[in-house]
Amino acid sequence: MSSAASIRGKGRACSAPRAVLLVAAALAGCSERPWNDPYPASDAGANIVYSSFEERPKHLDPARSYSANEVVFTGQVYEPPLQYHYLKRPYTLTPLTAEAVPTPQYLDRGGRTLPADAPDAEVAYSVYEIHIRPGIHYQPHPAFARDADGNPVYRDLSSQDLANIYSLGDFTHTGSRELVAADYVYQIKRLAHPRVHSPILGLMGEYIAGLRDYAAELASVYGEQSAAAGGGPVYLDLERYPLAGAETVDRYTYRIKVNGKYPQLLYWLAMPFFAPVPPEVDRFHSAPGMEEKNLTLDWYPVGTGPYMLTVNNPNRQMVLERNPNFHEEFYPDDGDPGDREAGLLGDAGRRLPFIDKVVFSLEKETIPYWNKFLQGYYDTSGISSDSFDQAVRMGPGGEATLTDRMKEKGISLRTAVGTSISYTGFNMIDPVIGGYGERQRLLRQAISIALDYEEFISIFTNGRGIPAQGPIPPGIFGHVEGEPGVNPYVYGWAGGGPRRRSLDEARRLLAEAGYADGVDAGTGKPLVLNLDITAGGPEDNARLEWFRKQFEKLNIQLVIRNTDYNRFQDKMRNGNAQIFMWGWNADYPDPENFLFLLYGPNGKARHNGENAANYANPEFDRLFEQMRTMADGPRRQELIDRMVDLARRDAPWIWGFHPKSFVLYHAWSSPTKPNLMANNLLKYRRIDPGLRARLRDEWNQPILWPLLLAIGLLLAAAVPATISLLRRQYRAPAAGDRAGTP
Amino acid sequence: MLNYILRRALYALPILVGVNVITFVLFFVVNTPDDMARMQLGMKHVTPEAVEQWKQERGYDKPVIYNGASAGMGKLTDTIFYDKSLRLFVFDFGASDAGRDIGYDIRQRMWASLALAIPVFIIGLLTNITVALLIAFFRATYFDIIAVVTLVVLMSISGLFYIIAGQYLVGKLLHLVPISGYDDGLNAVKFVILPVLIGVIGGIGSGSRWYRSIFLEEIGKDYVRTARAKGLPESAVLFRHVLKNALIPILTGAVVVLPLLFMGSLIMESFFGIPGLGSYTIDAINTQDFAVVRSMVFLGSVLYILGLMLTDISYTLVDPRVRLN
Repeated sequence: MSSAASIRGKGRACSAPRAVLLVAAALAGCSERPWNDPYPASDAGANIVYSSFEERPKHLDPARSYSANEVVFTGQVYEPPLQYHYLKRPYTLTPLTAEAVPTPQYLDRGGRTLPADAPDAEVAYSVYEIHIRPGIHYQPHPAFARDADGNPVYRDLSSQDLANIYSLGDFTHTGSRELVAADYVYQIKRLAHPRVHSPILGLMGEYIAGLRDYAAELASVYGEQSAAAGGGPVYLDLERYPLAGAETVDRYTYRIKVNGKYPQLLYWLAMPFFAPVPPEVDRFHSAPGMEEKNLTLDWYPVGTGPYMLTVNNPNRQMVLERNPNFHEEFYPDDGDPGDREAGLLGDAGRRLPFIDKVVFSLEKETIPYWNKFLQGYYDTSGISSDSFDQAVRMGPGGEATLTDRMKEKGISLRTAVGTSISYTGFNMIDPVIGGYGERQRLLRQAISIALDYEEFISIFTNGRGIPAQGPIPPGIFGHVEGEPGVNPYVYGWAGGGPRRRSLDEARRLLAEAGYADGVDAGTGKPLVLNLDITAGGPEDNARLEWFRKQFEKLNIQLVIRNTDYNRFQDKMRNGNAQIFMWGWNADYPDPENFLFLLYGPNGKARHNGENAANYANPEFDRLFEQMRTMADGPRRQELIDRMVDLARRDAPWIWGFHPKSFVLYHAWSSPTKPNLMANNLLKYRRIDPGLRARLRDEWNQPILWPLLLAIGLLLAAAVPATISLLRRQYRAPAAGDRAGTP
Repeated sequence: MLNYILRRALYALPILVGVNVITFVLFFVVNTPDDMARMQLGMKHVTPEAVEQWKQERGYDKPVIYNGASAGMGKLTDTIFYDKSLRLFVFDFGASDAGRDIGYDIRQRMWASLALAIPVFIIGLLTNITVALLIAFFRATYFDIIAVVTLVVLMSISGLFYIIAGQYLVGKLLHLVPISGYDDGLNAVKFVILPVLIGVIGGIGSGSRWYRSIFLEEIGKDYVRTARAKGLPESAVLFRHVLKNALIPILTGAVVVLPLLFMGSLIMESFFGIPGLGSYTIDAINTQDFAVVRSMVFLGSVLYILGLMLTDISYTLVDPRVRLN
């Protein structure tokens, strides 16, 4: 050990050698803890998971919240009736608060029951009857508080009542009550509330019977009530307005009525949009003065989940703590083959959740986050491009292994291919690159071959992705592995894997399209295409240059039309973009959620839908309409294969890649299995706080010698400086002083 | 002086109106109310009806500055500008486009900004004056040349470099303080030590060089020669005479930024996870939250005008020859 290391501080008592650092020691509390520990002493050794948020969540209302950074919170607090099995793949729905996953009952126009295999055309409605488990209770909340007579303590509060209230913790009384089916119905009604602005109202309005009309009715009623109250916000009692598509059957049963067949509703029933909201809580937060104090349901989620949000300071920290009223739920005792060997069933049968508290701190930059992860102050971390080489080594076959430094720290790596796709799209209504003629098709296929996404993944994502062969990612029904799953228009099969077709082949296709050597045979002019993009930083310049070079391979000139985000969105909405980059994250693990991105009536320019390429192939659309309501099986797979083949041939997208997530875990974290669909995973996590405390202490001993050295040097420099100072006291002034010029 | 302050306060009104108009025009050139609505409503499944409803609810369905469809004064008052601006003049910032009370957030966040900005300001000022005096004392020596070169190097380095290097060295390698984070009250001290240190070091280059110039200019004046002729030692000349007279430009330069300390530091707050007003403004720009942007621009304008007024007043305090008329 070097001499430097020999005077490492121990970070313990306020001993003499560190007298010069008295202030720092005092700040550290002269405690047993490392000086750089950012957490309070009271949390030392506690069963707490530490995480972060980069930007504050916009909405925590389950009817509004849709972003990944919001679901991190709402997913732990709210409990919809269903959830995804933590371990089973493909993703499987299991009951959460429901007794069972409901099976739909089909009805014809006259309300008569139809058999389960009734043709789509005959099915007028699907009815889902959901039975909720009794005995589930909400977290403590003031809205549930009742006095000795059973009346609500905090009902219809006035602004004066809130004079000294700044957070929910300022209310003296709290209470709870049992979860009932009516709470789920109330939340479905809230999707149509004019002030809630639920992002799924438009979509659900197509399916839930009467929801669209209900939204119009509520808008009208709300407008009247608001006008009567002087134009401000008012509480709208939704229980007074029935909705045909959602009704309470009994205390623990409710029914959702859907127009026609919509089997994907079950997936929506695993999202917070369909979680229960108690009417009294909504009423409580609608009291005058609450909104001015940020005490809204949009900021204070109230649920039956394993955790409750106890600190909600989106400016600094958000804290989830164990819900004392959480119902019985146990770690799954079954999973996929290999899960047991991976240690994933070690907690089978144990009661959930394992963690007492989860602290999310505001961390806006990746570098401090990464450094704090290495110091043990965060339990898990993604890997940014800046730190990728520190953490991971990519093997020749693209396999990722941890660096020795990570291994020494006991860090482990879990990877998973995302249920998402990042692609380059062609605007199919563009006169040059769009259209369904052979010429345009061959042009798009040629470009698809030339754009080397393997290289893109290697350069710009550090190898974190797999080239896409079609719209459906691995892990979703309809995705085909191996040679049969390869896109034959872009890849061949050689050496046991897909191999991108040659540039010569791309040039041949280009020539057949009438653009031999990048020149339009009709006009004799060079082919110029436009990439519409919104880009800013230096890393974007490299990406854009890469794109330019890919097109240059075919002698096609690529013009980068870089605009700000808003103008780019305008172009996409108006169908004025030509080539663009886009992506999609699955809402649910069903091929319909990817293939609808190519469904004609979903076109962005004409129908304001999610089909950004404005692809419209009648045959594809016909097959999609058949496929979307089918159960998974060989017949559905056959339709999907035909659709995917049509799309590959028409090439409205260069299929791009499916991103791969890399997550690092410290040694004190229990084994976890990436589950990209579930949003309530915190309850399955477990840590060893003792090991964490020991390793943190070991890794973070303060190193004092450089500081002492710097102080010593300063003191040493002070001696000659003082001597020099004294000498100059009575010396003649410098020449410049006499001249009067500085 | 009271008359002067009142007059300046009245002059400030048209300036604030002008700043508001410019903010409005600039913001709405880049972001239309439709863009703002889409940003707030999210990217998936947003219908045109939802966009219209959002705009109507927040008053963004009106013309921005001029409403040709209204009659009389309504052409000016029935606009987004009028609706959103008038309340600002009584410091009623209203709710952000995301629905949070802006005044509450400002009150919460300004303490974090001040916890960082005040120590940086005071320690930085004292350090810069000390360094500049020391260099002025050793003027026209090798020490002076080396010091000036060092200052130029220091001021040429990006602020971001100081932050990353400081976090790496002090937080990551030496483990002396947390790399980032924040806490309330006295617990905040351990989090602000490093950013304050970096803020001070980052400001030494430009600050000390400027103050050195001021000191050298004073040193060449007649009263300094007189002081020396009286036989005063050099330290007495510097501290008793030069420093006192040089304080006029130093003080006025410092006072003008005093109110702006509330506004926080954009990069520093972001890198150290300090929830101040600087990061609040940046977040609002990124999320196109116009309500927050206009509030922060307005607040910044008011504080800047206040700073200029304080500067004028401070002139009278440090230089008896100056009178405010």
